[in-house]
Amino acid sequence: MNLFCLGLSHHTADVATREQFTGSATTESILRQTGCAEALLLTTCNRVEVYAVSQKRVSTDEIARCLTRRIDIDPHDYAPPFYRYEAEKCVQHLFRVASGLDSMVVGESEIFGQSKKAYESARTSGAVGPYLHRLFQRAFRVAKQVRTHTDIARGAVSVGSVAIDLAQRIFGKLSECKVLVLGAGETSERTARALISRGVRDLRVANRSIERAGELAQAVGGRAVLFDEWATQCREIDILITATASETPLLTPGELAPMLRERLDRPLFIIDIAVPRDVDPGVNEMEGVYLYDIDSIRSVAEQSLALRRQQIAAAEAIIAEHVADFVDSISRGLNRPSQAAEHSPLGENPLRASEL
Amino acid sequence: MDRYLLIVSTVCFLAAVVHTIVELRAGLFRPIRFNFFAIGLGFIFQTAFLSVRGHALGRCPLTNLFEVFVFLAWSVALMYMLVGPPYRLSLMGAFTAPLVVLLQGFALVAPIDIRHPVKAPANPWLEFHASISIVAYGAFALACIAGVMYLIQERQLKTHQLHSIFYHLPPLTHLFATITRLLWWGFALYTLGIVSGFFTGHPLPRVQVVAAIGVWLLYATILQGRHLRWFAPRRVATLCIIGFSVALALLWGIEFTAEMSPLP
Repeated sequence: MNLFCLGLSHHTADVATREQFTGSATTESILRQTGCAEALLLTTCNRVEVYAVSQKRVSTDEIARCLTRRIDIDPHDYAPPFYRYEAEKCVQHLFRVASGLDSMVVGESEIFGQSKKAYESARTSGAVGPYLHRLFQRAFRVAKQVRTHTDIARGAVSVGSVAIDLAQRIFGKLSECKVLVLGAGETSERTARALISRGVRDLRVANRSIERAGELAQAVGGRAVLFDEWATQCREIDILITATASETPLLTPGELAPMLRERLDRPLFIIDIAVPRDVDPGVNEMEGVYLYDIDSIRSVAEQSLALRRQQIAAAEAIIAEHVADFVDSISRGLNRPSQAAEHSPLGENPLRASEL
Repeated sequence: MDRYLLIVSTVCFLAAVVHTIVELRAGLFRPIRFNFFAIGLGFIFQTAFLSVRGHALGRCPLTNLFEVFVFLAWSVALMYMLVGPPYRLSLMGAFTAPLVVLLQGFALVAPIDIRHPVKAPANPWLEFHASISIVAYGAFALACIAGVMYLIQERQLKTHQLHSIFYHLPPLTHLFATITRLLWWGFALYTLGIVSGFFTGHPLPRVQVVAAIGVWLLYATILQGRHLRWFAPRRVATLCIIGFSVALALLWGIEFTAEMSPLP
């Protein structure tokens, strides 16, 4: 049996090329047109890939022809930058993809869900047989292990998630935090929604236009407060998100100092995503105040990405171990449990019955 | 024989330290399993050592500086077990183990295990006074460790430079709550230790009484300052480190003078 995968991804093709091969094919059509014994189609915004098992070698052109959206394009002439991995390389590639190592944002977890969905879809249509079943079950296990045993998914990499991640690092559970959103623009709304989704229950919105503040508060399940009152709110809130169009700083150390004296010991976390900034940078020097502007949030996101990249080697080591074990178990036959599954060096549970 | 138990215990704590360093360097730190079991095992061997030594002496094993250091290390491990899962399962374990290794390592290496001839039968009040005071030191030691963690976390948040360690430390507010809790535990136990010292039936050396009251006043000031909000959380964390350093130096002094003029 030949196990192989071929596809296009953000590494090898631009979006214009990728979209030529996305959306028209199904696993059934690939099986029908190429004579593969098993096939699975994985399509995301960053990749289109086919994983297949066949008795005879199936050419890249044949698969490409199945995937192309336009019948007037002959992949043979067009020569799109398809990559192709056979046997062990194919196994390694899938494990890397499922673990987020091949993703545009290293360590992102969305690809895991997308792979699972693609697998479920192919399984439902009967396109997945014992080889791909076992391959994908192992890929999901490897992805979980990589995420658990390395810091590949640690730290947030977008502005909204960095803000939430930092808030959780300061306060722990956000459900007990009081949040004030200053400004009712699109960025404020996105951040407010993200905070609500992480458990924030007390969210207040202040805006120069009280109507707009009311609309946003209603949309996110918070309450509107008068713009003139926002400064006094600083006495009791834990998190302040500012995103107004003010030309001058709205909050300076001199204005905040008397309010801090009245606060309890709880820290004040300020996320200033406005440009020009709403909060004087000197506020960060005050005791118990943590101010992050848009540049510092981006810097944290970059640090997280760098941290994730440092984890690639550790993740690759886990993957290499599983690839060797998987290839070995396949070569010994599908129905015999593998040595690594019986005596996993990484302390994982034995291979699940579903894999066998 | 009993020293072997202590050596095994030290090795267990050392394993937790090495494991943490290796994992942190590789960016793979996962504290849940290994550290907890290593420290737990080390604690069992510590307890076994103290039990064997206590049976041999026929009293609480606090008769020389060596035993005081081991008892202090045991108290630190005990407080770590009692402090609560969120902290136990974070880097706090990793920060606790080096302190225990240091205390026990010093006790094993330094020539301080000197057997004093027993002059009188065991005095329960004196034993209670000494042991409860050392357990209080364990709480102060852990408050000091939590203070170090707080300052590391706070510094990273202030400077916007977040390293791998940042994601393994408990949230800032949780750390401060732990510091406060440990300070209260330590203070209550230490107060009990001091009060029980007056029931021993023996006149206590003046220098020991002054040093003990000095430590008590130091922690009373920190707690009062915290209660009245004179000190910001960062100041409290710093004072915990200074406080424990002073308390440890005074403990040394107390034990040194006690060895020079031992009580019956």
